[in-house]
Amino acid sequence: MVGGATHVTRRLVRFLDERSGSAPLVRRALRYVFPDHWSFLLGEIALYSFVVLVGTGIFVTLFFEPSLKDTVYRGDYEPLRGLKMSEAYRSVVEMSFTVKAGLLMRQTHHWAADVFVVAIVLHVSRVLFTGAFRKPRDLVFYVGVVMVMIALLEGFLGYSLVDDLLSGMGLAIAYSVAMSIPFFGANLALLVWGAPFPGEPAFESRMYIFHVLIFPLALALLIGLHLLLLATRHHTQFPGPGRSERAAVGLPAVPSYAPRSIGLAFAVAAVLFLLGGLVQINPIWQWGPYELAQGTNGAQPDWYLGWLIGGLRLMPGFDITVGDYTLVPNAFWGGAAFPLVVFLILFLWPTIERRVTGDRGFHHLLDRPRDRPWRTATVSAFISWVAVVFLAGSADRIYVLFSIPYETLIWIFRVLVLLLPVIVFFLVKRLCVELQVSETYELRRKALEEGAPAVPAGLDR
Amino acid sequence: MRRWLIAGIVLLLKRMRRRPDRKRERIFAEAPPSPVGELVVLLLLLCGTACAVGFIVVYGLDRLGSQTQLLGLALGLSFAFFAAAATVFAYRLVPTAEEQEPYPEPDEHPDDEREVVQIAEESGDRITRSRLLKLGVAGAGTALGAALVVPTLSCGPFLDVDPLRRTPWRRGVRLVDSLGRVLRADDIEEDTFYTAFPHGAPHEQIGAPLVLVRLDPSELKLPDGRKGWAPEGILAYSKICTHAGCAVALYRTPLFEPTSDKPALVCPCHYSTFDPAAGGRVLFGPAGRPLPQLPLEIGGGGTLAAAGGFSDAIGPSWWGVRRT
Repeated sequence: MVGGATHVTRRLVRFLDERSGSAPLVRRALRYVFPDHWSFLLGEIALYSFVVLVGTGIFVTLFFEPSLKDTVYRGDYEPLRGLKMSEAYRSVVEMSFTVKAGLLMRQTHHWAADVFVVAIVLHVSRVLFTGAFRKPRDLVFYVGVVMVMIALLEGFLGYSLVDDLLSGMGLAIAYSVAMSIPFFGANLALLVWGAPFPGEPAFESRMYIFHVLIFPLALALLIGLHLLLLATRHHTQFPGPGRSERAAVGLPAVPSYAPRSIGLAFAVAAVLFLLGGLVQINPIWQWGPYELAQGTNGAQPDWYLGWLIGGLRLMPGFDITVGDYTLVPNAFWGGAAFPLVVFLILFLWPTIERRVTGDRGFHHLLDRPRDRPWRTATVSAFISWVAVVFLAGSADRIYVLFSIPYETLIWIFRVLVLLLPVIVFFLVKRLCVELQVSETYELRRKALEEGAPAVPAGLDR
Repeated sequence: MRRWLIAGIVLLLKRMRRRPDRKRERIFAEAPPSPVGELVVLLLLLCGTACAVGFIVVYGLDRLGSQTQLLGLALGLSFAFFAAAATVFAYRLVPTAEEQEPYPEPDEHPDDEREVVQIAEESGDRITRSRLLKLGVAGAGTALGAALVVPTLSCGPFLDVDPLRRTPWRRGVRLVDSLGRVLRADDIEEDTFYTAFPHGAPHEQIGAPLVLVRLDPSELKLPDGRKGWAPEGILAYSKICTHAGCAVALYRTPLFEPTSDKPALVCPCHYSTFDPAAGGRVLFGPAGRPLPQLPLEIGGGGTLAAAGGFSDAIGPSWWGVRRT
């Protein structure tokens, strides 16, 4: 049995090598070393969520009709019967109620999108906090940030396609933000929507092609580039016994690391399908079809767009005008300028840090956040800034939960958005220094007890 | 006997010659087998298989209720068992010793780098007017790029933003509700709001929907020039928020507390708050322009109709929209 299997393997390897010369590459790939740390799994979780997204996405595409043509619902769901709606919305209601496993796949698709972005955001935070973005992996970082932007757009298009009431409200806001861009916003919005809001019917097809083909393809290609670039420069690692700037220490892909990663892939799929089956998400039949003249109170978008809603809500009400004419409408600040600044900071961060520290060297070893107080404090302040705006996006829910008047809340958030990053900066910086000191204190105490002045190199910085 | 001996020696030699091949150096350190681990993996695989089969059974049996929940549970648990099996497999049944692999050097391929640069330099050796040529190539590239991009302008009007100002409201257009029934002044009560549409025009355009409220005429503080726009205190505004285009679908009205704030129209998206008594002035929130007001008149039989067009451009603001 074993001898036979070896024989088959040998013939297969020979077959492939003779025709592709791939044996050296395969040998290296199999023995590629994966340094181990829990935080390295975040990127993998995002990757496997993407796989689930593609799989469930293909399924829901088989039943979705990307058309805004009017129709009247005559299906099984009593409350909607006789209602006028678009083919798009009708097909999603039908998919949810009459297609077998349709609701499971649709809800899993939606959950996977939410988990995908959670994993990405945590992954980017990990990279920022530990300095993994430094040379020679800055290019990997830039590719990653581009993927974050595409992921957000892709998610937004996904729930906009359905044409339920929340879709329509989200699109109205997107249209207004596009309109608010100075000098060409109105022209751009008319071009994309084809006509004043809600646009011409072809707009649905435009969203559809981007959601099911262009953006997923772009993401897949960029994921490939991200991983390829990473593999050529190799994974980073935290310092430890034998782990140096010279060599990575970890488990070889085969046979040690691959089964672990496969296990993680299955675990991600397990969580997503359990969520999709057991926890309701986006029950569009409760929102109803979109009608321009309708709105619903307490509407919240998918979590990863909350920071944009927050930005729009926090901005005091003014348009920049020149004489009698508007130049910059208000929606520009929260909906366009704010995310642009956030992504600009992300793109510039490797350069900023290089300028500030003057460190242009290669770095394969990661920093523990506490060992770089300045960076950790700045990144924390940045994250807290975005987080305050994110929370402001659900200020109306906070109002309902805690009965603090909405207008008071907005004023609190307006102050916090300026104040909190500063507080967080100094607090985190102090915390890092304290952690360092307490560590060296422990080591010095031990050293004194043992009678040897042994402070490990690197910790006395 | 001798034959047997020779045969035995030959066999032994053959074995000895093959031995070095068998005893080649191992890549991964030898480790004892783990029968318990194998058993656990097998059991987990079995459970996962059972769940996967369960998924197919549930799919096949229509008479089971809660299909979505059972399907999700079966598939999710199946994946969970396989995840557990893979994890036990990874920790118990394969080598788990860490290895070292060198990182690439900063100066990995100096000769190749030099050669690439040299190739680039020598490729342009023969060109004498390189700046002019570069200019020519850049110009051609830009022109071709523009030519290829221009067809996307077919998607919509690009230079003509006039459609943004169009609304179906003219003097004499009657107000109807969402079902097309004509609205009369008597239908409009205080302390609540109504959505109205133009008679005989599609409802699904951004200039169509109105929000109607009735206030005490003595409380009105409409801007100059809007005298008579609100007969009997009935006010009509565009229902589309000037901030981000959502429907202004909330009416804050003091029903019980005499101390609470005055009536206001509120957009549920970003809580822009407009004062219906003062021509749609912004009271709070991010909107930068008042809500456009539509002058009303009461016709024969008490029917409500527009007495003209909106006071301002409707819908979300854009660069160049006129302020009043």
